[in-house]
Amino acid sequence: MRFILRRLGFYLIAFWASITLNFLLPRFMPGDPVSRMFARTQGKMQPEQIEALRKMLGVDTRPLWEQYVDYMHNILTGQMGVSISRFPTPVTEVIASQIGWTLLLGGTALVFAAIIGNLLGILAAWRRGGAIDSALPPLLIFIGSFPYFWLAMGALYLFGVVLGWFPIRHAFTDGLEPAFTWEFIGDVGAHLVLPALTIVLVSIGGWMLGMRNTMIATNAEDYITMAEAKGLRPGRIMLRYAARNAMLPSVTSFGMSLGFVVGGAMLTEVVFAYPGVGYQLLNAVQGLDYPLMQGLFLTITAAVLLANFLVDILYVRLDPRVRSN
Amino acid sequence: MTTAILKKPTEPTAARKPNRSFVHGLITNKKALVGMIVMLVFIALALLAPVLFPGDPSRITAMASLEPSPEHWLGTTAKGQDVLALTVHGSRSSLFVGLIVGFGSTFIGILVGLASAYFGKFIDEALSLVTNVFLLLPGLPLLVILAAFLPPGLGTVILVLVVTGWAGSARVLRSQALSIRSKDFVAAAVVSGERAGRIMFREILPNMASIVMGTLLGCVIYGIGAQAGLEFLGLGDVSTVSWGNNLFWAGNEGALLTGSWWVFVPSGVCIALVAFALALINYAVDEVTNPRLRKIKTPKNTERSAAK
Repeated sequence: MRFILRRLGFYLIAFWASITLNFLLPRFMPGDPVSRMFARTQGKMQPEQIEALRKMLGVDTRPLWEQYVDYMHNILTGQMGVSISRFPTPVTEVIASQIGWTLLLGGTALVFAAIIGNLLGILAAWRRGGAIDSALPPLLIFIGSFPYFWLAMGALYLFGVVLGWFPIRHAFTDGLEPAFTWEFIGDVGAHLVLPALTIVLVSIGGWMLGMRNTMIATNAEDYITMAEAKGLRPGRIMLRYAARNAMLPSVTSFGMSLGFVVGGAMLTEVVFAYPGVGYQLLNAVQGLDYPLMQGLFLTITAAVLLANFLVDILYVRLDPRVRSN
Repeated sequence: MTTAILKKPTEPTAARKPNRSFVHGLITNKKALVGMIVMLVFIALALLAPVLFPGDPSRITAMASLEPSPEHWLGTTAKGQDVLALTVHGSRSSLFVGLIVGFGSTFIGILVGLASAYFGKFIDEALSLVTNVFLLLPGLPLLVILAAFLPPGLGTVILVLVVTGWAGSARVLRSQALSIRSKDFVAAAVVSGERAGRIMFREILPNMASIVMGTLLGCVIYGIGAQAGLEFLGLGDVSTVSWGNNLFWAGNEGALLTGSWWVFVPSGVCIALVAFALALINYAVDEVTNPRLRKIKTPKNTERSAAK
């Protein structure tokens, strides 16, 4: 319980740090973002909205700490202002309509990469020097060396443009009504294949090597020799004795890699024009939509922190040493 | 992962031996050799770029979107620029930024890691907290938001990449420095009244040379990849020629949809080759310093104690 509380405190501090960063950045940046944005909306903004924006982005004559208290209050009550590029939709609404797609893409890719990567790692460590162990790691390191977005471009070109197997843009076909029908789900699935495949390809190597290296250490433990001496089936020893005990670092990296997946998903989303938060963040940057940019950054951070917290809770369940501490 | 080299640092003979075998091991290691050759080729290309392809590489020299041919080995872009010249010149900015970012973030990582491990207590708590917060904040969105608010330019790119890249190396180096901090020779140095800076940089740092090298390589890989990502999003310095910018223009000019594969393949392959070569050297360093990961004849050994 103390462990959980400590971690919770840490995540709160991390979240506070990102809010503060959001607060400070526009205030120490040269130039005035509000007038730049105002020029962009071509006078569609109401005077009070401009006033609110000025406050939010720091074009404000009040003392800094007063602005800070105000800003914190707004963020914690979910008032992130209105989006400029999608004027006058509130930022929270824009984010809500998009975060689902990122969760779908990132989640699918993460789960597939983790499962396949860990299984390959288990097999590689179990048959050291075998085919999987000698051929796959260099190949996967090589694939992992390509930038996410470049693999995405390659996949889009090869499977989307040249072969035409999969759709190349967006999350579902234009004009199709989002609904829980097989047609729609199948369509979303087809649009998901290429973006998810890129992320899986890039991240799978890290999982495999991590698992392999932990598993090699585990394989040298006495209880493995003991299990062999007892005459247990090799498959049982591999999965229930060795792999099970080598899993813990993988669980930790599951949490850690979430941040990377969000980043990778972001670039992939841009290549495929996939309507998730990453694609939106880039649009916001290009459209000088500072409120949306800040809102998206906070949302992504909050999601990553929350996911890490869940992994911590899982960790307590899995590792009794943490509980007794 | 690389604690093995430090198993017996208190015995003078054992302390010197790993160093010699480290260099020897690295040269005889196939992975390291391949990696170093690839790196040398790219460094030579980057240095020789103005000689090989004199003049501004982004000037328009031919018809648009030509396929690879004897005149233009890698074809031309949708604007009519020579892709090979762009790619070779691109290596200059990409390698330069990668190296600067690598050294910068490793340097901060060393400072933070050593200070944490040496002073301990409150300083360690505070520095570790900052490190962990930076590690947890999602890197690319942070990169994007920083780049969006700061004035565009090469300096911003480097600054932003160092800010987002140092935390990982600080964490690794701190844990390594902690284990050296508890060794007898450090205690002896403290007792004999050596200054803190000297103990940190002359006593502790040389004993973690191999892990510093691993971290440095990792940071360079990060720098090159992250720069490319940032530039691909159009958030870098669009006026320079670099691999990331080449890909940004390729995407912008619709090279994918028009089927001009030769425009986006070379820069991506170059990034991958450099990252792969550095990763190979990195794994080789790991293998040389961590006997457990080396190829061994008998697959099971009886030694226990968890590596890592």
